[in-house]
Amino acid sequence: MQEIINIFVKSIFIDNMVFAFFLGMCSYLAVSKTVKTSMGLGLAVAFVLIITVPVNYLINKYILAEGALVWLGDSFKDVDLSFLSYIFFIAVVAAIVQLVEMFIEKVSPSLYSQLGIFLPLIAVNCAILGASLFMQERDYANVGEVVSFAAGSGIGWLLAIVSLAAIREKIRYSHVPAPLKGLGITFIITGLMAIAFMSFLGIKL
Amino acid sequence: MANNLKLIKNPLSKDNPITVQVLGICSALAVTAQLKPAVVMALSVTVVVALSNVVVSLLRNTIPPRIRIIVQLVIVSMMVILVDQVLKAFVYEVSKQLSVFVGLIITNCIVMGRLEAFAMSHKPGVSFLDGIGNGLGYAFILITMGFVRELFGSGTLWGFQVIPQALYNIGYENNGLMIMPPMALIIVGIIIWVHRSRNKDLCEK
Repeated sequence: MQEIINIFVKSIFIDNMVFAFFLGMCSYLAVSKTVKTSMGLGLAVAFVLIITVPVNYLINKYILAEGALVWLGDSFKDVDLSFLSYIFFIAVVAAIVQLVEMFIEKVSPSLYSQLGIFLPLIAVNCAILGASLFMQERDYANVGEVVSFAAGSGIGWLLAIVSLAAIREKIRYSHVPAPLKGLGITFIITGLMAIAFMSFLGIKL
Repeated sequence: MANNLKLIKNPLSKDNPITVQVLGICSALAVTAQLKPAVVMALSVTVVVALSNVVVSLLRNTIPPRIRIIVQLVIVSMMVILVDQVLKAFVYEVSKQLSVFVGLIITNCIVMGRLEAFAMSHKPGVSFLDGIGNGLGYAFILITMGFVRELFGSGTLWGFQVIPQALYNIGYENNGLMIMPPMALIIVGIIIWVHRSRNKDLCEK
């Protein structure tokens, strides 16, 4: 149980998707203009993460990893399909994003029209595929740990995009040099936020 | 002919995928702490963009528009698996260093962006050139960043010591912040700043 909480806290603050691994940068920069929209996108990303990563974990454990197909019979115990993991993972992600898109369209059409093109683009948001690949690389022990990792990463991403959006709403009224306006200053703000997040390094429960 | 030249030349500066189109930021930031992984990554992305541009462009009239994202993802992940296996076979060390970021080429927005914006509506030959051009534009930024970060961060280039021992003796220190993630963001911010102050028409209002 302690391990699960530890992974959760660690993936929100220390291994933050945005500040430590730069995952999901494209939509992070493009959608962080207002707090409201970025909240919607952040929630959608967190939601998709919490579903896809455990699903990919099970696929990896029972189909792709070396010796995973042993439940089919003894002759399968040398089969190693891990080179196919990219295709499997991305297919799962794309399918689940499609489902989420249909769900949001039904439940909240206003959020749907606000997110616009970025909803289908969650499929190509590196944070989602990245989380699945990290899950495979780090070899978590059971589903509980994987779920807490996915939830932590999602919440970390949500936290990052909402706080950036809040800063950007304020900075619109400041006097920024013209060539730095927009994209340039956003990068530098993100860098400073990442330095702030570095102060969480070394926290362990 | 002049048009073809433009396809290669524009992404290098006026239409650069990273600083102007804001695509493919994630990997650009994560792999540039040293020069060598940055160069390998840049080459891999160029190959993947060019090849998948050609394949998608060949298939562009037969892909049903509603499921085009999934079809494109499958084509791209095929190319990435090829590149990944080649890297593992020939430069195993670097491929370990790049870890999940090779897999993340699939969701690199440059690839998807070029497929959507160019390959779906152009012939294979020009699509190939467009892919090469954008790959080179991406490579240009990556190599610049890798150069700056490795030089100031660890005093080496491509693994070789370039800053002479004499300098360290009189009190020169490597800047440890350079190889930390936050500095990558700030360097991109500065590159954008320099780039836009030289090309006034790119400034945001």
